[in-house]
Amino acid sequence: MTVLSLSKALNEGMRKAMEDDPKVLIMGEDVGKLGGVFRVTDGLQKDFGEDRVIDTPLAESGIIGTAIGLALRGYRPVCEIQFDGFVFPAADQIITQLAKMPMRSLGAIKLPVVVRIPCGGGIGAVEHHSESPEAYFTHTAGLRVVACSNPADAYTMIQQSIRSDDPVLFFEPKRRYWEKADIDTTSTDWWTPLHAAKVVRQGADVTLLAYGPMVKTCLEAAAAAEEEGRSLEVVDLRSLNPLDEPVVLESVRRTGRVVVVHEAPVNSGFGAELAARITEQCFYHLEAPVLRVGGFSTPYPPSKLEEHYLPDLDRVLDAVDRAFGY
Amino acid sequence: MTVDASRGAEAPPELVQLLTPEGERVEHPDYDIDLTPEDVRSLYRDLVLVRRIDLEAVALQRQGELGIWASLLGQEAAQIGSGRALTDVDMAFPTYREHGVAWCRDVDPVKLLGLFRGVNHGGWDPQEHNFHLYTIVIGSQTLHAVGYAMGIQRDDANAATIVYFGDGATSQGDVNESFIWASVFNAPIVFFCQNNQWAISEPLEKQTRIPLYRRASGFGFPGVRVDGNDVFACLAVTRKALEAARTGQGPTLIEAFTYRMGAHTTTDDPTRYRVASELEAWKLKDPIERVKAYLFKNELADQAFFDSVDGEAGQLGADLRRRCLAMPDPQPLDIFDHVYSEPHALIDQERAQFAAYLEGFER
Ligand SMILES: Cc1ncc(C[n+]2csc(CCOP(=O)(O)OP(=O)(O)O)c2C)c(N)n1
Repeated sequence: MTVLSLSKALNEGMRKAMEDDPKVLIMGEDVGKLGGVFRVTDGLQKDFGEDRVIDTPLAESGIIGTAIGLALRGYRPVCEIQFDGFVFPAADQIITQLAKMPMRSLGAIKLPVVVRIPCGGGIGAVEHHSESPEAYFTHTAGLRVVACSNPADAYTMIQQSIRSDDPVLFFEPKRRYWEKADIDTTSTDWWTPLHAAKVVRQGADVTLLAYGPMVKTCLEAAAAAEEEGRSLEVVDLRSLNPLDEPVVLESVRRTGRVVVVHEAPVNSGFGAELAARITEQCFYHLEAPVLRVGGFSTPYPPSKLEEHYLPDLDRVLDAVDRAFGY
Repeated sequence: MTVDASRGAEAPPELVQLLTPEGERVEHPDYDIDLTPEDVRSLYRDLVLVRRIDLEAVALQRQGELGIWASLLGQEAAQIGSGRALTDVDMAFPTYREHGVAWCRDVDPVKLLGLFRGVNHGGWDPQEHNFHLYTIVIGSQTLHAVGYAMGIQRDDANAATIVYFGDGATSQGDVNESFIWASVFNAPIVFFCQNNQWAISEPLEKQTRIPLYRRASGFGFPGVRVDGNDVFACLAVTRKALEAARTGQGPTLIEAFTYRMGAHTTTDDPTRYRVASELEAWKLKDPIERVKAYLFKNELADQAFFDSVDGEAGQLGADLRRRCLAMPDPQPLDIFDHVYSEPHALIDQERAQFAAYLEGFER
């Protein structure tokens, strides 16, 4: 067992993937000498060289576009987008090319490209550094979209994503980068499949559905609710596309109440997708409508206001109260 | 606002030319080419056959067999010249108009029709032909090509990449990013811009105020402008640029100065924006006629040769037409194929649901 922070777990996961497969490349702005602005790629260039850990020019479309070309040549690029808000210049390459080229080639082309995106708020950053753009990409067929929430998942999921023959958008909860956990790096027995959701806390009364940074918040809310005699189940979705529907539906059927929690704006967010699917398939099991807790329909606010914008324990518990009110 | 035309795209073209519109062979100090009579006849055949494929496709579209077609009329020399400069291991990244390059890469012409008939989005195996899929989003493929070239570098392979794009594409961010990438990584790539003067209805002046080939110098690599209607010059210039790429000298931008004689696509109406005299002037520079004149003048081919090429073109056209009409429609459940390489639960679920729905009609 090794104690690793989430960022170090990602680093170790990538290191392992690079050792296992010489075709794995890291590329992005400042990923080399600096080790990335969050140091997630720290030390990799020193050990694997500039040809495998590529400091790129400052151009996101260029990063994804050339990664596609490298993948066409048999490489497995892992791209870092420095911050969530900067994925948009690359959105064209991701949506029109990365997602669709395999299908356009009738399966002749595989694009094993991973796009790592540090996402979400809570670190007091300036504009464009705290966003949650996942719904733009879950809407695009051909991409897999996953989000890790803890060091152990970070370590396994990054390796699984790199091994996947499909393009993967990999969301990293930046405010959880520094949280630590014990990880067994010697065995693969404990690995959950990349696309499986996990019940991270069992409960009987309400299901909290979350991913990425909000999983921890939901666990804290569940612990607090227990003191009030309420039993909350927390499901970490881990994968948004594909969604592990059976695990979600099974939990909802048991509890009859659902609160979806994410940082992204509620309006047209991923929670809307979950609410619709649950309503369609668990209508008669529901004791209350599916409730959503998330960001407002506003741009992410200046950091002095972010504590009001980001769902916290109280907002989650407030929604739980409402779920009991029906 | 006044525009200083002397700085603009109006500046006289400094062209590399080896064969004049009248079919006279001329020399150029930097670009020489040694072609046997057989080579020239072969290039002529390519030009004629590719034009025939294009004309047949336009006719098929007019008859409702293709949804749309992007004609290469007038650009045959640029495509055949550059395409024939490639070796088997070189990789080509096209736009949607590179039917001549596809021909050089041995892609069955009927496969080019699939995209335009609506049967598929691609239709050939890019790895088999070292000819990537057509790319509709303007400029996207330039970055893929540079990435691929960076892969060649890492593989230490004796190969190069060529990427095609239009004059309109040079305004795109991706194309400029690809110039930067290629330059700073010294990637083995040739940028081949077919400046056909028009991006749909937008003339060149709407994209640039300097000749396009000069853009390269700002990015730190050489640019050269070639007579895009001169197949000899296109071949010579591309060969040299590919060789430079293969030997570690980095990228080159080639601007093939040519003209789109047809409409942008079959849905376009050039009479709304283009004067007829412009087309008439360019017809005098036709890429096929000048090779024909050269062959005639130098007695390298007789009428029987020209007749046999025409005959072959006729057959190719008829064959293409027959096989286009015979192309099967895709099946409804094909929608769900190849979206992912690995199993995907939601796709599987939707496929099953849709299959059940379709079966409902059969009962
Ligand atoms: C990103 C993007 N914007 C707009 C279009 C629509 N469009 C298709 S072709 C074209 C003009 C392209 O001109 P150019 O690059 O000169 O190439 P040409 O077709 O003339 O060879 C446009 C605007 C597109 N396909 N992609």
